[in-house]
Amino acid sequence: MKNKSLVSITDYSKENIAEILRMAKLFEEKPNQRILEDKVVASLFFEPSTRTRLSFESAVNRLSGRVVGFSESGSTSVSKGESLKDTIKTIATYTDLIVMRHPLEGSAKYASEISDVPVVNAGDGANQHPTQTLLDLYSIYKTQGKLDNLNIFLVGDLKYGRTVHSLLMAMSNYNPTFHFISHPRLAMPDEYKMFLNSKNIKFFEHEDFTEIINQADIMYMTRVQKERFSDPIEYEKTKDTYVLKNDILVNTKTNLKILHPLPRVNEISDEVDDNKKAYYFEQAKNGVYTRQAILAAIFGLKPENDIN
Amino acid sequence: MENEKKLLVSAIRNGTVIDHIPAKDLFKVISILGLDTIDVPMTFGTNLESQKLGKKGVIKISDKYFEDNDLNKIALITTEARLNVIKDFKVSEKREIKVPDKYVVGIAKCVNPKCVTNHENIQTKFTVFDAENLSLKCEYCEKITDKKHLKIIK
Repeated sequence: MKNKSLVSITDYSKENIAEILRMAKLFEEKPNQRILEDKVVASLFFEPSTRTRLSFESAVNRLSGRVVGFSESGSTSVSKGESLKDTIKTIATYTDLIVMRHPLEGSAKYASEISDVPVVNAGDGANQHPTQTLLDLYSIYKTQGKLDNLNIFLVGDLKYGRTVHSLLMAMSNYNPTFHFISHPRLAMPDEYKMFLNSKNIKFFEHEDFTEIINQADIMYMTRVQKERFSDPIEYEKTKDTYVLKNDILVNTKTNLKILHPLPRVNEISDEVDDNKKAYYFEQAKNGVYTRQAILAAIFGLKPENDIN
Repeated sequence: MENEKKLLVSAIRNGTVIDHIPAKDLFKVISILGLDTIDVPMTFGTNLESQKLGKKGVIKISDKYFEDNDLNKIALITTEARLNVIKDFKVSEKREIKVPDKYVVGIAKCVNPKCVTNHENIQTKFTVFDAENLSLKCEYCEKITDKKHLKIIK
């Protein structure tokens, strides 16, 4: 992982992922450390983000590193028509690592090819968002004590949701059983189902919440975006079908945790926030520790409290 | 029949003949091989009768031989075409046109309008996802470009 860009979750092996999760736990135990004192990290957000940008910048700051960058491209030479190549080439000479979010798909991979310093993809359009996947894995590991043999329910927009696709790919290393709950229009794409079949991983598809959710260890909710429906009436009719409420959760397992990459709109009712099974705000907090671990791994540094 | 064809497009002594090109694809093949920039004698025929294709095109290039990689570009347009290397008016070698094994670099355009390769000055790169149905997976945005949506650059 040292000096290597993180563009896609597939850049990390099962062993790499285990190491990130191990280090994330150490950073959670001791979040403020001085290991990045001589590092400057570029935080380049060509499109808006709340959690990803702030949790990355918190991660750097808690490790005593410094951050330069921008949170929207309007204040940069990009607005004068500068190419992504020239922007990245220049900033790579100023900094030790680049964190980048960009609306174009494949932009992170391209940046990693032209940059002399490692690039961490903080989201390239609808394509990849590997640090989200790693924090999801950390959240699952932390709440379940393991990653293997879990019943994972993915709910909402399974067609366009990049986080569910990356999570599915990453979890496929750990013998899960998947249940997909979605409107047929937003069902899991065939290529992912073919992938699961090729790995002999069981999956089941449902159109609404049934009592099968009593088997769930993890329920991963996603936002259903209005613009995915060409017919607004169809959206209005179906949007409430996938809203999670407390009464749906009555008979579910005690170890069940509800995850959501956030932002949420209305797919999880506010009443669920106080339910012990709600975990999405904790999940967001885990993002800082996971990103601390990713930064440390790429810089080839160990947490101060690492006795290994 | 055989004589008639020879009258339409004359034979060459040495060089390369690409035959059985579907007529509609002839100019794409000319373009992809960059024949418009090569300074050797060549003849093109199009809308010639073909039992197999209905109407076919043919390209005859004197004193010019191609690398496998060049030829495989043709496969992105058509796998129907047949290629013969001509030495002293005779076919000395029949070459197979097949989809490149692994990478397709700088030939095809990615179908995804949000792909970085369609916005920055980047050479495209694809892995061959399915050689039989000719679908290519973009190395950058990871989207699949299938044959129906395949556009050739230049």
